[in-house]
Amino acid sequence: MPADTHLVVLQVSRLRKLYPLSRGLLGAIQRKPARHVHAIDGISFTLRAGEILGLVGESGSGKTTTAMSVMGLIEPTEGDIHFNGQSVPQMVRGRDRLELRRKVQMVFQDPYEALNPRQTVYSIVSEPLEVHRITASRTEKLERVKKALADAGLKPPENFLDRYPEELSGGQRQRVVIAGAIVLNPRLLVADEPVSMLDVSVRAEILNLLRQVRDELGISILYITHDLATAGFFTDRIAVMYLGRIVEIGPTTAVLSDPKHPYTRALLSVIPVPNPRRRQKREILQGEIPNPIDLPSGCRFHPRCPVAVDQCRRVDPQLVTVTAEHQAACILVEERVGASAVNS
Amino acid sequence: MTPILEVRNLSIDYLSNGHPLHAVTDISFRLDKGRSLALVGESGCGKTTTMLALLRLLPEEGRITGGQILYQGTDLLQISEEEMRQYRWNNIAIVFQGAMNALNPVRKVGNQIIEALRHHAPISRKQAQMRVGELMELVGIPPERAGQYPHQFSGGMRQRAMIAMALACNPDILIADEPTTALDVMIQAQVLDLLQNLQSQLGLSVVMVTHDLGVVAELCDDVLVMYGGQVAEYGNVDTIYNTPLHPYTQRLLQAFPDVDQPTASLASIPGHPPPLNALPPGCRFEPRCHRRSPLCAAANPAPIARAPGHIVACHHVEEG
Repeated sequence: MPADTHLVVLQVSRLRKLYPLSRGLLGAIQRKPARHVHAIDGISFTLRAGEILGLVGESGSGKTTTAMSVMGLIEPTEGDIHFNGQSVPQMVRGRDRLELRRKVQMVFQDPYEALNPRQTVYSIVSEPLEVHRITASRTEKLERVKKALADAGLKPPENFLDRYPEELSGGQRQRVVIAGAIVLNPRLLVADEPVSMLDVSVRAEILNLLRQVRDELGISILYITHDLATAGFFTDRIAVMYLGRIVEIGPTTAVLSDPKHPYTRALLSVIPVPNPRRRQKREILQGEIPNPIDLPSGCRFHPRCPVAVDQCRRVDPQLVTVTAEHQAACILVEERVGASAVNS
Repeated sequence: MTPILEVRNLSIDYLSNGHPLHAVTDISFRLDKGRSLALVGESGCGKTTTMLALLRLLPEEGRITGGQILYQGTDLLQISEEEMRQYRWNNIAIVFQGAMNALNPVRKVGNQIIEALRHHAPISRKQAQMRVGELMELVGIPPERAGQYPHQFSGGMRQRAMIAMALACNPDILIADEPTTALDVMIQAQVLDLLQNLQSQLGLSVVMVTHDLGVVAELCDDVLVMYGGQVAEYGNVDTIYNTPLHPYTQRLLQAFPDVDQPTASLASIPGHPPPLNALPPGCRFEPRCHRRSPLCAAANPAPIARAPGHIVACHHVEEG
């Protein structure tokens, strides 16, 4: 489905972020070629209004760099990011920076670290309003803070205004973080592992709250995680990242029930299943994500791929469309899609 | 068969300004040779306290107020500190939570394992060095990396190194406190696979403390569900996951996402575990329970065997 451009909140196109490595004095004298860390290396995706997209990958896959680029916190080396049709790097440089800071908000991972222990809940949640000089009167400000707390499920909000973070449970703290993020009526929330520090019993509660925020306020969410299980429960679409690339992207149910990329299949097979009767053979990949400085030739997953063929060492596969919105970057998938196209 | 470890009616208090807080009350379980037992529950339900008590490593405010901890028939609570030191590491070893950050950053990994070895066994430096090589191979680290510093290891490698250190003196029991929580899912799978292999290869018995019900289902034989410092439910892994009787166990399982059923709705358990200074007078789960009755608020249910080996502490089991 070609997304209507006016419905697209976020468009990331061929984004790259390279960090140059110091060659050292000797390297500079010897004119050694400059080397780079390839944090993200040509990724594209869109996020529609009111959509939840999961960016899933292990440490070092580039998901956090992607999030920071979307927030306008780091400048991409190449490619572009458009938020509501405007270029994010340009917004950061120009007058629209404050608008970007208002419309794109972040939910951090650790609610124990993200809240200042010396500030009351009111002071924490009202701070963004002050920074952006939004509200005129004190009563108006109070009303907005109370609405944000109620929207974040802290009810009745009056009971929380004067409390300090240490008086709150982990789940309540994360609700305060979310209230602080939605008080400015953003269009996009970037949530970086928002539940990984929480007890299992409250994870569902926070994810349900974020979904409710999406349903009721129409906010799009970019959900960054290494956990395919919560992403499966919570997202509309999933993009799986490996070593700076998106290797598979598609509707959540399609990616989980019919994964096309061997990396996605391996990731799925190692998720612990909460039932001993369904213990299955785990497809454990050996080693770890290679360093993003000296990338493997061809497909960057081939050194760890259980089904790699000789060609994978030479060909760098691009995303190909499997069905409707489901794409994967693997030459074996390409062959199968090509074959079925011939058959039909 | 005598179990390798048996805990009977263990109770532990913490002293806070002179007042005792009941962190663990009347816990009993057994661990047979070669099996693995999981202690599960939310933060603050007494898992870690129980585990520390097994090695008599409670912080200064902790007091074991009753019960027995029998290691192959010897009550570890009746022996002297000097004797206890012989059991630690030689018989019962532990991999602490966040262990991968427990390595000393300015000393080489191999030397840290040697130190642990020579502290517990009278061997020469040379012998210790050979043993380090064996241990590193056992946990899947190339032995030549013994000369590197912790920062040159990835998180998964550091966790392997900590497991190697715990295995240094050939213990029979390995206690693992949240061994994989800080790791990526693929590295977690590698470490779990390693633990499973070590268990069968060395005949280890394992006590795993975790809140990750997925890991428990993959790896453990028996499960002890703790709540508010007490046994809520205890049984083998199949019973606990497929016919749980305690409402807390049932809710905990419903809160855990299952990637095979991504659309299933997740439940959360409203509220949080009781603080130790305000334990409810009746059943400790009563304030959060969907099946509570006036009886639950009045009387704390005793753990009762509902089937052989399946113990449940709840007044309303039949209604589940």
